[in-house]
This record gives sequence, structure tokens and C-alpha cells, in this order.
Amino acid sequence: MRSRGEGRAAALMLSPTFLVLALVVLYPLLSALRESFYDSGQRLDADGFVVEGEWFAGLANYAGVTGERFLNAAANTTLFTVVTVAVEVVLGVAMALVMRRALRGRAFLRAGILVPWAVPTAVAGLMWKWIFQADGVANALLGTEILWTADGPWAKLAVVVADVWKTAPFVGLLVLAGLQIIPADVYEAARVDGAARWQTFWRITLPLVRPALLVAVLFRLMDALRVFDLPYVLVGPRKQSVETLSGLIWDEATRVHYGPASAYGTALFLYIAVIAFAFVKLLGADLLSDVRQRKEARNVA
Amino acid sequence: MRALHLLAGAAALCLGTAACGSSAPAPAAAPAQDDGGRGPITFLGGKFEAESVQKIVDAWNAAHPQEKATVNLLPEAADEQRRKLIQNAETKSGAGDVMLLDAVWTSEFAANRWVSELDLDTSGFLPTTVETGKYRGKLYAMPVFTGTGLLYYRTDLVKQPPRTWAEMKKICDEVLPEQKGMSCYAGQFDKYEGLTVNFSEAVASAGGQLLDASGQPQLTSEPAKQAARFLADGFRSGMIPKEAVTYKEEEGRVAFQEGKLLFYRNWAYGYEAAQKTDGSSKVAGKFDVAPIPGLNGPGAGTLGGNNLAVSAFSKHQRTAKDFVAFMTSAAQIRAFALTSSMPVPLAAIYEDPDLIKKYPYLPALKEAVLAARPRPAAVRYGDVTAAIQESAYAIVTGAKPVDQALSELQSALGPLLK
Repeated sequence: MRSRGEGRAAALMLSPTFLVLALVVLYPLLSALRESFYDSGQRLDADGFVVEGEWFAGLANYAGVTGERFLNAAANTTLFTVVTVAVEVVLGVAMALVMRRALRGRAFLRAGILVPWAVPTAVAGLMWKWIFQADGVANALLGTEILWTADGPWAKLAVVVADVWKTAPFVGLLVLAGLQIIPADVYEAARVDGAARWQTFWRITLPLVRPALLVAVLFRLMDALRVFDLPYVLVGPRKQSVETLSGLIWDEATRVHYGPASAYGTALFLYIAVIAFAFVKLLGADLLSDVRQRKEARNVA
Repeated sequence: MRALHLLAGAAALCLGTAACGSSAPAPAAAPAQDDGGRGPITFLGGKFEAESVQKIVDAWNAAHPQEKATVNLLPEAADEQRRKLIQNAETKSGAGDVMLLDAVWTSEFAANRWVSELDLDTSGFLPTTVETGKYRGKLYAMPVFTGTGLLYYRTDLVKQPPRTWAEMKKICDEVLPEQKGMSCYAGQFDKYEGLTVNFSEAVASAGGQLLDASGQPQLTSEPAKQAARFLADGFRSGMIPKEAVTYKEEEGRVAFQEGKLLFYRNWAYGYEAAQKTDGSSKVAGKFDVAPIPGLNGPGAGTLGGNNLAVSAFSKHQRTAKDFVAFMTSAAQIRAFALTSSMPVPLAAIYEDPDLIKKYPYLPALKEAVLAARPRPAAVRYGDVTAAIQESAYAIVTGAKPVDQALSELQSALGPLLK
């Protein structure tokens, strides 16, 4: 039984956190939203000076959302997200299974698998750029003369490869954590019942690791939808075949088009929010189940 | 326990305010009374040649103990520098009194009233470099570094550097069959500022220009078409290696140093590295530089370089302007040239026998700088260069026919130059 005072004390203690959140999350969000309806710095007076001030632009900044460039960036982002997350889930689960199994040298194996995840993305991008350059390791090994880092379909593949290399270990790590809380006697019972290996995997491992896996997928989805650094470093800015929504927003902002940049940013925010919501609803990634259970338990008591 | 929570709360609050504080620049510690625009100043400089620049600043500080200058370094990449400077300007920050601007940013900064007009003596400077500091005929920035494209060529394989594209092709046809794994020519053709430079260089070398005197785009002109065809055909025929579409300055420099290119267009900075005898360069002692070739005679390079400007938000305008005059004085520029291979805009430097002995490429560079053309002086230069890169990249990768890419660029540039 909790007293009222306790709740108030908790609210009081949390208030600095909420204040910080309001300052660093809510304020930029609202200010970007406001900015997306304004226009500035685009008019010259007779002497060639830029007219100072801001003008309400209505929805003009949002016009680009239906434009070719934005749709291309949205398609790239979606494609990268779907492909990389799918591949990473398969590889990550495989990694986790291997990491759980390997008894000898397990610590070494785990550390080895996690190294790519520890490398900063920009550094990984540079490394892969070096591998994929015209006279780089990739072409030497494959015996090809592909220009991986020039604009084109190969650049897409290069980005996917580099991203999978880097983040599959992250999925592996989360899934491994999920695997380790599955009690051993469940498997023992399955063995006694004569379940085949794949049956054990489909009927026991996968359902039991599902909560951890869904969290990993959700995290990866969010990450992949806002990916910027890898395509930027590996292939370069404004390359049509790999430009993501974040890349487009960055480019507009650096060219001092804050209005359109804010409009695209708002669109990306909505896109991510919708995907996250749909994911949680459809796949039942019930991230708050723990909290809800406790609450219900308390109500019953 | 409660103390711990309070502490955590306080820490979180600090974090919040620090995060807010960092987005707004710290106010300059200027005294409240009127100091007649004089006092200590900050110079926002580039990372390159920072040591040589520091020597000049030290000389200034020794002579002006009351008005000391501090150097703050900007990020290395040009677009990051630009963003940082624009951020400073938009918040009307007095954090930088004197700024190092890329030659091509003058119009944007002047039109936005981010920099003050200057009244300084520009005699003795190479006239093409002074032009890059002007906006609508008024001086806003003083040239301090300059540079343009030079043709690096292999003296062991080429007797006389070519003066035209046809000559260059002819030399390649003679030399290359004997040289395995070597391509004829490359420049910087990745989709970035270097492509704008190389493309406008090709157009100027064919006798045209991207914009005419009244600022109208001239991309459907005959020289523009010939320049675009030179690049497109060069890639198609293999005269320019396919991988050159991934070249920025460094990738191509390395390729030249490894002996993979007979001719390479680069800035003067590559000279020292290619001349190194520590094994990093296979062409040391086997190359030289010349002005770049053109369609019917010597070509015209694109003018690069950096200028010094005084921030419109500087509290110590008079000191800042004196500092710019000091840094661009003949004595200081000569001192700078003696310690650095960065090309400078003062004409006398190129006649100095001591310096020519040290940097044998100076005469070729002077010829090239005098013939060089600036990039379009546009207020919205960021948009202009992006449009040029878009079409030029389609040309060099063969994604679009030359005529189509050029007419698209012509119509894209129109509204940006109003």
C-alpha cells in the first residue's frame, strides 16, 4: 500500500527529468514544427542585400514532400530499413545461438562478435569506403572492377553490407540476453519428449526469446529509419541511390533552407512514429507489459 | 538516500541548462564602456597551415599588446566551416572578429550583412584574387591564400606539357601503349565541390563561362557543350579512368603518385607530397606542373583560395580591420610564403628568386592564377554548386546525354541567380 505522499515525492523527484526532457526534446520538436511554416533569407533588396526577417509560408515548405527527391529518399530509407533489419535479425539470432553454445573460448568469441558494434559508425564507414574503393580489397577479392562508392545500385549494396556488418552483433547481443533467461529444464523436457532440433528452435527457443527479439527489432527499425552517417561517409552526400531522409534533411539545412529542412524533419518524425506505433500494435511488442502486470497485481491485492 | 536523489536531480538540471547554454554562443567578454572599436579579437582560422598563421598572429600580438588576437580553429571540411560561421552569424555572435572565408562565400556573407565592408589597399595583389573578395563591386574580404588547378605531368614520359586537350590525347595515344595500368588523365569528379571546380574549369578552358557578365547562365553555349563532351567522351573512351568518378583531391593524388596517371589536375598543394622521397611517391623527381590545357590553347583554371573578412558582429571593428591589413601586408605574406607552400595572392611573391628556388612551380602557378576564373559569385552559392554538381555528375557518369544535362542545368540555375 502506497501513501499519497510517496507518490508526490516521486513526482517531485522526477520533475527535473521531465524538465530536462521538455528542454531537450519537446522544445526542439516544437521549434522545428514552427520553423517548417516559415521562410527566411531567400529575398534580396535592390542593393543585393538579403531582406531580414521571417515570413509565414503556410504549407509551402511541405511541397517538397511530394517531390521526386523526397520520395526517392523515403524509398531508399524504407528499402534499407527492411533489408538490413531482416538480414540482421537472421544473422543476429544465429550469432546469439552460437554465442550461447560455444563453451570454450566463449568470452573471446563474444568479444570478437561485438567488436563491429563498438566501432563508431563514421569510422566503420571510412573503413568500408577503403574496402570498397576502386582498387580496394572488395574488388581484389571478387576479381571485379565495380565502382562501389559511385552513385548506383552497387552503392546500395555496399551500404547494406556495411550496416549489417556493424549492427547484426547488436541484435545478437539482445537475443543472447533473451536466450540466457530461458530455463535449461525446458530444453531438457523437450529432449525427453523427443523433439527434433528444429522443433525445439521453432516451438521453444523462438517463442521464448520473442520479447527480447522484438525489442531488438524495434531498436533497429528506429535506427535504420534515421540512418545518416553510413551512407554519407561511405558513398557521399546527395548521391541519389543512397540518399536517406536524414541525409536529405542535413543537405537542406546546410544550404540554409531551414524551412524545408524542418518540414522534412517533421515528416520523418511522423513516419518513424507511425512505424513504431504500428510495430507495437501489430506485432505486440508489449514493451510495457512488465509495468502493466505489476499494476494489475497491485489492483488485485 | 534523499540526499542522493537531490544530487541526481541537481545534476540533471545542470545537464539541461548546459545543453541549452551550449546552443547559444557565450557572449564576448567585452567591457561595457565604449572602447572605440578597439580591443582583443578572435581570429577564426582554418586547420591548414595553422603553424605559419600562428607566427603571423604572434608578430601582431608582440606589436599590439593591448589588442591581442587569439586564434580559434574551424572544423577542417569546408562545408562544416561554412555551417559553423553561418551559425555564428545567425545568432549575431561576436565570437569571431576576423574570419577566414572560402573565396566563393563572399557574396553570401556580404549579401546577408554578416561581414563588414573593407577599405583596404589591394594594389600589388593579383587582380583575379581581389575580385573574389568583392560583392557588387565593393570589397568585403581580403585575399590571403589563392590557388588554381595545375596540370601535373610525368617528365620521364612527356617531353613538352600539352597546351590543348587534343595534344594531351595525342601524347597519351603515343605513351600509354607502352605503360601498363596507366590512364591518361584525371581530375576530381566525385559529386562534391571539386566537381563544380573541375566542370567550370573545363567550360572556361573551352573559352566559355558558366555565367556571363550580367550573371545569366550560359550552359547551352557552344563552349559549355564542348567542355561537357570532352569530359563525357573522356570517360567513355577510357582516356579518363572510370574510377575517377570517385576521386576527390586525395584519391587522385595517390593514383598519380602510384604512377597510374600520366596527367592529373590538382591544386599546388600536391607538389610537396608527390616530391617526397620517403617511398610514399613513385614519381618523385619525375614530374612537373604546367597550366592546365584547354580546347584551342592553354586552359583557364578555377580560382580557389581563402579570404579574410571582418564579422559584422565584431565589437572591435577597428582592431579587426587593422589585423586584416596586417596579415595581408607584403611583409607578413612573404614571411608566410617562406614557411608554407600554400600559394599567396601577392604578385611580387611570384618574382622572388628565393621563393622560386624553394617552390619551382611558382612561375607556372602565376600564369595559371592570372588566367583563372572565379566560380559563380552567387548569394545562394550552396544551391548553385549543388545544381552544377547534379548535372555535371550525370555527364561524367554518362547517366544523361550531354545536351539534356546542360539544358536542365541551364533552367535549374535561372531561378537561383535572381
